[in-house]
Amino acid sequence: MNTEINYFYLETFLNMAKYTINVNGISRRMDVDPATPILWILRDHLKLSGTKYGCGMAMCGACTIHLNGSAVRSCQIPISAVGKQKIVTIEGLSSAGDHPVQQAWIDIDVAQCGYCQSGQIMSAVALLKENPTPTEEDIEQAMSGNICRCGTYLRIKEAIQLAAKSNTSKK
Amino acid sequence: MKPQSRRSFLTSSLLAGGGLLLSFRGLTKSPEVPSPKNAPSTHFELTGYIQISSDNSITLFCPNPEFGQNVMTSLPMIVAEELEVDWESIQVNMGPHDAVKLGPQFTGGSNSVRMYWRPLREAGATALYLLKEAAAQTWGVPMAEIQAQKGVLSHVKGFRASYGNMAEKAAQLPIPTKLTLKKPHDFSIVRQSKKNVAGKKIVTGQPLFGIDYQTDGMLIAMIEHPPAFGLTLNSFDASQALKMPGILDVFRFTLYPTDFEQAGFDTRTFNEGVAIVGKTTWEVMNARKKLRTQWEPVGDVQETMNVRGTKRQVKIPGRSETSAQQMELLKSPQNKQVLRKDGEPEKAFQEAAFVLERTYHAPFLAHNCMEPMNFFAHVQQDKALVAGPLQAPGWAEPTLAKILGLPPEKIEIQMTRMGGGFGRRAYAQYMYEAALISQKINAPVKLIYTREDDMTYGIYRPMYTATYRAALDNQKQLIGFHVIGGGIPENPIHANRFPAGAVDNYLAEGFEIPSNVTIGAFRAPRSNFNAAAEQSFLDELAEMMGQDPMEFRISLLKQAKAQPIGKNNEYDPDRYLGVLELLKEKSGWGKPEHEGKNRGLAAYFCHASYAGHVVDMVTRDGQPYVESVTSVVDCGVVVNPDAARNMVQGAVVDGIGQSFYGELTLENGVPQQSNFHNYRMIRHAEAPKKIDVYFVENDIDPTGLGEPPFPPVFGAIANALYKTQGKRFYQQPFLGEQNQEKS
Repeated sequence: MNTEINYFYLETFLNMAKYTINVNGISRRMDVDPATPILWILRDHLKLSGTKYGCGMAMCGACTIHLNGSAVRSCQIPISAVGKQKIVTIEGLSSAGDHPVQQAWIDIDVAQCGYCQSGQIMSAVALLKENPTPTEEDIEQAMSGNICRCGTYLRIKEAIQLAAKSNTSKK
Repeated sequence: MKPQSRRSFLTSSLLAGGGLLLSFRGLTKSPEVPSPKNAPSTHFELTGYIQISSDNSITLFCPNPEFGQNVMTSLPMIVAEELEVDWESIQVNMGPHDAVKLGPQFTGGSNSVRMYWRPLREAGATALYLLKEAAAQTWGVPMAEIQAQKGVLSHVKGFRASYGNMAEKAAQLPIPTKLTLKKPHDFSIVRQSKKNVAGKKIVTGQPLFGIDYQTDGMLIAMIEHPPAFGLTLNSFDASQALKMPGILDVFRFTLYPTDFEQAGFDTRTFNEGVAIVGKTTWEVMNARKKLRTQWEPVGDVQETMNVRGTKRQVKIPGRSETSAQQMELLKSPQNKQVLRKDGEPEKAFQEAAFVLERTYHAPFLAHNCMEPMNFFAHVQQDKALVAGPLQAPGWAEPTLAKILGLPPEKIEIQMTRMGGGFGRRAYAQYMYEAALISQKINAPVKLIYTREDDMTYGIYRPMYTATYRAALDNQKQLIGFHVIGGGIPENPIHANRFPAGAVDNYLAEGFEIPSNVTIGAFRAPRSNFNAAAEQSFLDELAEMMGQDPMEFRISLLKQAKAQPIGKNNEYDPDRYLGVLELLKEKSGWGKPEHEGKNRGLAAYFCHASYAGHVVDMVTRDGQPYVESVTSVVDCGVVVNPDAARNMVQGAVVDGIGQSFYGELTLENGVPQQSNFHNYRMIRHAEAPKKIDVYFVENDIDPTGLGEPPFPPVFGAIANALYKTQGKRFYQQPFLGEQNQEKS
């Protein structure tokens, strides 16, 4: 529980503040404690519960979102640090749920319990944006921040490879 | 009671808009354990239902809660098979909690498909019979001449109707007394891989899980539990916490009243806690830091357990426990009990020319479901709604009714998808806590455990030990076998499993050490330790006897098959042998191309199924790494092969992680691991590159799958580590010294 964020919070909690953040392309006005992590803004305030709570200390990756296209752990990003950066969550990845990575996840039938998979997908999308043709080792390294206790790692890798292939073949 | 045909419990009724609703009036007793081979259908309880509307929309309801074992897909597949519907056109929903209509609704013990296989097939076949009968009467043709395919009834004379057209009439016909089920070679849905019906919802982040539950006016609650086993609440000061923004109430609560009779799964670690209730999670988390609490030793506690009418007193010691002391206790067995004895084991050991004796240990493990414990509750004066992740709603409901003072029929339990379970969510104390908090504040509330709450609450996999001894004659033939196993607080030994039945002189003993560290079922309870210890021991024994570990196991099983020793052997040597033979073939065991590889073998029987693995280990960056695995499972008919492979692959990955790193230790009753920075979980780069899964093909009614592939992973890893490092590993976690991950 003793994360830096929390100490930061103790000094600032009385200062509620107004923020306008961009989530999945929509401007949202919030009046909240500046230290509130984006994870809880999404889940409690905006009712976007696809972004999961797993550890609260950036160790499990369940809360992964995109901030200006990069994968970040939303449990560690206070709303005050967001500014004009664009937030994309699993709900905003595609309008019809057919992003190539989402589709690959369905085609490979990756999920077991499914709880960690939003975070896995967000990490995978960011990886493919940076590196459209990742090697096996690239995938293993990029995805090692996301824990899956059901043990679906092999299928996650397979789905990323499939999405990479379908992206490349479209070009 | 005389066994009755299940069909006498089937009821059909008319839907409001015209249409058929087929449901089942189930008994509420627990299912008997099915025999290893095809069990008669009367062994199973009743379940599930089918809804066919007059507009021809067909909905199949899944009776069991889903925690990743894919029952939302596999159970409806079984109904659809006999009902002859187009799988792509049907709707699948989670059923409500209704023990009368839907049976036990218990997810655990690898029971879901096993328990529901016959009832769901009969459900589908009954509905189809009624639909055909309705068509026969309408068209004036013999029922036997009616064809059914993909939701359409037809007759050679040119008659055609959808199921929906006939549903209203079918609902008014009597339930058939005789049914014919399909032959396995005619299956067209079962044994075909079907995608997870929730797949799209999962990848788009839909609110499926308990922690996602939302309702108007819902508040958030957290609980401050004592920081150590053996402590309880003395007093607290909430004055600062109550001043924090968004906080509505802070209060002390008691889970079970004095003299409460706990049911079998009413495990709880702490009976007292402080609840903090507020508007949002972040606000509650912060107010919690301002709470001041005083704890005190709880002392010895007497609990009254009432398990299906059998009452017993359980004394729980009040001491503060430390892992090193617990280990010492496990080394000196007290009050050991003989669990099984065949022949004259003492004499065999006296006469032995060689004796091999080895002792194995395993630590407490935290379940670490990715979704921490949570539950929604809205308790009102005369009724209650609770919703969340729960493996056994039927077990929890009577207790919930008692502690809330409401009749069970006024309680609605909704089962959400679970972000993992692994046994942990069979213990519903977090649901009771949520309901008590809602009752006190008179508002809808969602209780959330932080990861730290979840990991330090207990209900762990027990701490275990086992000492194995083998007696060999001067020809190095096995003449005696002895195992003594103990645990905190339960003994792990399955006395009637292999190698019992294969050795003339056999002795199994067990002992238990009471503790205030709470424990619970953890993916393949007890087996997950036994398979590690026993399968390591057999490997070392084969080496001492100068035999190949695969051939040694095969020869023992052939002995057990030809001349089984003793009574009550739980396993079927034929199925066990079938797994080993296929594993030998698929892994290329003993073939020259695998010479020099660091291969580890293990196979185990549990939950009525048989599973074995060969793991290939290398040293990578100075660390042991499992590069590839060959897995073989005999679980009878495989309903959904690709999903089944997924589960076996997952069990292998989970097993590698738990055996390498899993460990929950204590200092003065305080759990030393609290989150993923100091409780190491296997990560992507540590998973094998390849896990090839094969199933033994047969027509045996399905046996367990979620658990059986898990235990033998531990043994295969231990045996591969020996090959890789040249020394035997007796203590889990095998890579324990490296457990501190940098955060």
